[in-house]
Amino acid sequence: MASNRIGSPGLLDRERIVAGPGFNRWLVPPAALCVHLAIGEVYAFSVFNIPMTRLLGVTKHAPGDWTNPDVTWIFSIAILFLGLSAAFAGSWLDRVGPRKAMVAAALCFGGGFIVAAIGVAMHNLAVVYLGYGVIGGCGLGIAYISPVKTLISWFPDRPGMATGLAIMGFGGGAMIGAPLSVWLMRHFATASGNGVAATFVALGVIYAAYMLIGAAIVRVPAPGWQPAGFVPARTNGLVTTETVHVDEALRTPQFYLLWLVLCLNVTAGIAVLSQASPMIQQMFHGRVSPVAAAGFVGLLSIFNMAGRFVWASASDWIGRKNTYAVFFLLGIVLYVLLPSTGRLGGVGLFVIVSGIILSMYGGGFATIPAYLRDVFGVRYVGAIHGRLLTAWAAAGVLGPLLISYLREYLLANGVAQADAYTLTLYIMAGLLFVGFLCNLAMRPVRAHHFVTTGDTEVGA
Amino acid sequence: MSGSRTSSSVVSLLLAWALVGIPLAWGVAMTASNAMKLFQ
Repeated sequence: MASNRIGSPGLLDRERIVAGPGFNRWLVPPAALCVHLAIGEVYAFSVFNIPMTRLLGVTKHAPGDWTNPDVTWIFSIAILFLGLSAAFAGSWLDRVGPRKAMVAAALCFGGGFIVAAIGVAMHNLAVVYLGYGVIGGCGLGIAYISPVKTLISWFPDRPGMATGLAIMGFGGGAMIGAPLSVWLMRHFATASGNGVAATFVALGVIYAAYMLIGAAIVRVPAPGWQPAGFVPARTNGLVTTETVHVDEALRTPQFYLLWLVLCLNVTAGIAVLSQASPMIQQMFHGRVSPVAAAGFVGLLSIFNMAGRFVWASASDWIGRKNTYAVFFLLGIVLYVLLPSTGRLGGVGLFVIVSGIILSMYGGGFATIPAYLRDVFGVRYVGAIHGRLLTAWAAAGVLGPLLISYLREYLLANGVAQADAYTLTLYIMAGLLFVGFLCNLAMRPVRAHHFVTTGDTEVGA
Repeated sequence: MSGSRTSSSVVSLLLAWALVGIPLAWGVAMTASNAMKLFQ
């Protein structure tokens, strides 16, 4: 018996969500934002660190309570599985379309919270790792890449702006997640418990529902759809109208150059982000309190979020290669300048310089999907983006390690604390120079990598 | 007919953007208000 499916497509199938005539494409960015604002919560997970080390003692750490390193592993596992699932799920996502992927992501992310809540209630760390780290992490990866190709297909005239909007949500999600989590923990706290398990359940339900709303709204354009008045540019410089298959993309030097470009940009950004609070307190000793330093970190997250939209949108005008050239060249100047800002202009100048650096860190994430679209075409951009995100995972692990070992090495060799920051920033400027050279080496993909067989699927 | 379709499209658009814009604006306002401690 033939196994071909007959009848109308299922609720989650790509065929079911092809937009009809008159559909307003500006409904798609909010759909993507529902998903990205939800998963951006991962950056706020540190608000659970202290409460999770006091699950037994409630008000203070008690024997048998988890330690801080035990708890910080939850975030690391989640980020690791974000990278792995984005890399492996990209091809599946391209096949099934955004709605099914968003639903899968919502179930994984929301379900991960629920499993983690069971782990907290049982005081079983392995269950928490499995829940938030593995299951939730897979939800993060699928969700992160799920709207990218759809947005690029709806906005061929402004792909940077469209993906910048969604990825801005990932930067902004922590700003919602942190106060929401703190409020929920206060609400659920009792004399015998600090409310972490109940907060996880509430967050799982809230975020899953929010992501499912995005899945309900999302639509893909009909085959051949173009915005009114849009004329696709012919192959021009790095921008191609051809298609490179995801497996073939991995055989091109361009993929690895862009991998390095992203990895180096992220590593340098993490150097500032991870050292921001102690750096400002030591550089302005006695003038910046720990509370004010925490406010500074919050301010950096606003720059990080805004940079995602602003830089990615700017890349539609000045080109992707030029945008990254600005990130690297301006970055080098600012990293070298940052240690001197105390003498030059005080706290205000330090904040502005750090903010611009963080805006370019966020901008790097948000501009990369459009860069991939330019170089490899639209068709497999979701899957290629997923594979490229391994650069993020690598930078997320290697960056902080490199920075902490570097600092330890410098301090062990008699370098003063404040000077250790200076040297670290100079070394990061060196990494940015390598990134600049990688970006400079970008050339159009050679024609023999292009897909040549007939291929009719054009939906997002 | 097309007028009612256009107005329903505008309403859905406003609702969709409010759904993401309001929580985001709240989160940014909370963060900015904490950040002000830096300049006090």
